[in-house]
Amino acid sequence: MTDTPAPGEGEAAPRETPLVATHRAVGARLIEFGGWLMPVQYRGILDEHRAVRERAGLFDLSHMGELFVEGPGAGDALAAALVSDPRRLEVGRAHYSMICQPDGGIVDDLIVYRLAAERFLVVANASNAGVVSDLLAERIVAFRAVLDDRSLATGLCAVQGPRSAAILAPLTDVDLAPLRYYAAVEGQVAGIPALVARTGYTGEDGFEVFVEWARTTELWAALMDGGRAEGLEPCGLGARDTLRLEAGMPLYGNELDRATNPYDAGLGRVVKLDKDGDFVGRSALERLAVAPPTRRLVGLTITGRGIARHGYPVVSGGRVSGVVTSGTQSPTLGRPIAMAYVAPGDEEPGTILAVQVRDQHVDAVVTPLPFYRRPR
Amino acid sequence: MVPADLRYTKEHEWVRQDGDIATVGITQFAADELGDVVFVELPAVGATLQQHGTFGVVESVKAVSDLFAPVAGEVVEINGDLVAAPELVNIDPYGRGWMLRVRLSDPGQPAALLDAAAYESVTHG
Repeated sequence: MTDTPAPGEGEAAPRETPLVATHRAVGARLIEFGGWLMPVQYRGILDEHRAVRERAGLFDLSHMGELFVEGPGAGDALAAALVSDPRRLEVGRAHYSMICQPDGGIVDDLIVYRLAAERFLVVANASNAGVVSDLLAERIVAFRAVLDDRSLATGLCAVQGPRSAAILAPLTDVDLAPLRYYAAVEGQVAGIPALVARTGYTGEDGFEVFVEWARTTELWAALMDGGRAEGLEPCGLGARDTLRLEAGMPLYGNELDRATNPYDAGLGRVVKLDKDGDFVGRSALERLAVAPPTRRLVGLTITGRGIARHGYPVVSGGRVSGVVTSGTQSPTLGRPIAMAYVAPGDEEPGTILAVQVRDQHVDAVVTPLPFYRRPR
Repeated sequence: MVPADLRYTKEHEWVRQDGDIATVGITQFAADELGDVVFVELPAVGATLQQHGTFGVVESVKAVSDLFAPVAGEVVEINGDLVAAPELVNIDPYGRGWMLRVRLSDPGQPAALLDAAAYESVTHG
């Protein structure tokens, strides 16, 4: 038995979150991800996945990039730098966004929070945080706004799952009941000044709690202690990936990259072509918005025997239709699922395709995303 | 501790010999390294295995790994329970998680593999 090496591992020593020793102490398996040493699993990916679907899971996301943009021109600056229009956000609300190249290629996908009239938080993927920080700094130069990259000064823990509100409520002065999905408010958690956001990447209810870097271990310990009775489990990147895939959420580097534009990914709704002012990528995106698509991002349920993985070809009849971007055995559904780019015409739900798994063609059916929707 | 009565490869397969029949699986170390096994692909009964050739694939949630034949021979039985319950590889790798039985081309082959002590030094090296 030999492992297929993971691609794209960096050469420099990975960065460590404040929680690395905590993770090691409970037997986590650590891997390099996006330039960081991160827990991929604790007890096991399937156990952790189920904990989030049935109870709650705690994730260390301190590797994410936190970029604060402030000033009277902060809204205009972000509107010019990103494809969305953060000026339309009410204070205390957030939205999904992207930062694109002039040709419309996606540099990163982001969450933008409006913390105050003239203060925004942009959360970037760990592997892109440096690039996004540099690009934002460049793109806001002409505006009355400043960028404060607090990626290495901000710890982030996420509590995700149906029990997350019950776990967090006794620890915080924030009233969670009126806090809506994609909303955030400043308060305290376990006596630590925090930004509490009702956001996540699992398809479940949950919260992301941003604190000062030095207090991350204190926050983690308080959440673990408070959550134990509710069945809270520490969860790694392995479960984070299976959870987001079931929820049909794209992962940068898999579904999204610089060679992909928002329309390819079915995320054209995020691009606000009707907003005032120019923004980076506008002219290319205006063309792409009305051009015939060259490929479509779809969900696939594998009906044959085999698991589709990133990079496997998707075939239709005798021709190659596209390629799998993410695939795994779905812990919740008990069958293999995948996301893939396919040729236009092959995207209708119910279309029978096949995935080439090693030397075999394994049947797959196009399935509407998400694969999993939480019960309400 | 690994079972003393088995033979091993440095690729983490084990072999249990019974005359000219060898039972093959992967070790606890390998199963633990993989994590939750969710899929096992095995050859058909009647297939011929070359020693050191790939005979199948084991997949965990995250990883795909090739399986290498520790011995040469003809496949006489595969563990059909692994289709519905691949997790047996994690739960009981030396027992119910066995993968296939081979009629040995050379019944002397298993004795030339690593014994338990030598395999332990591989995993603790």
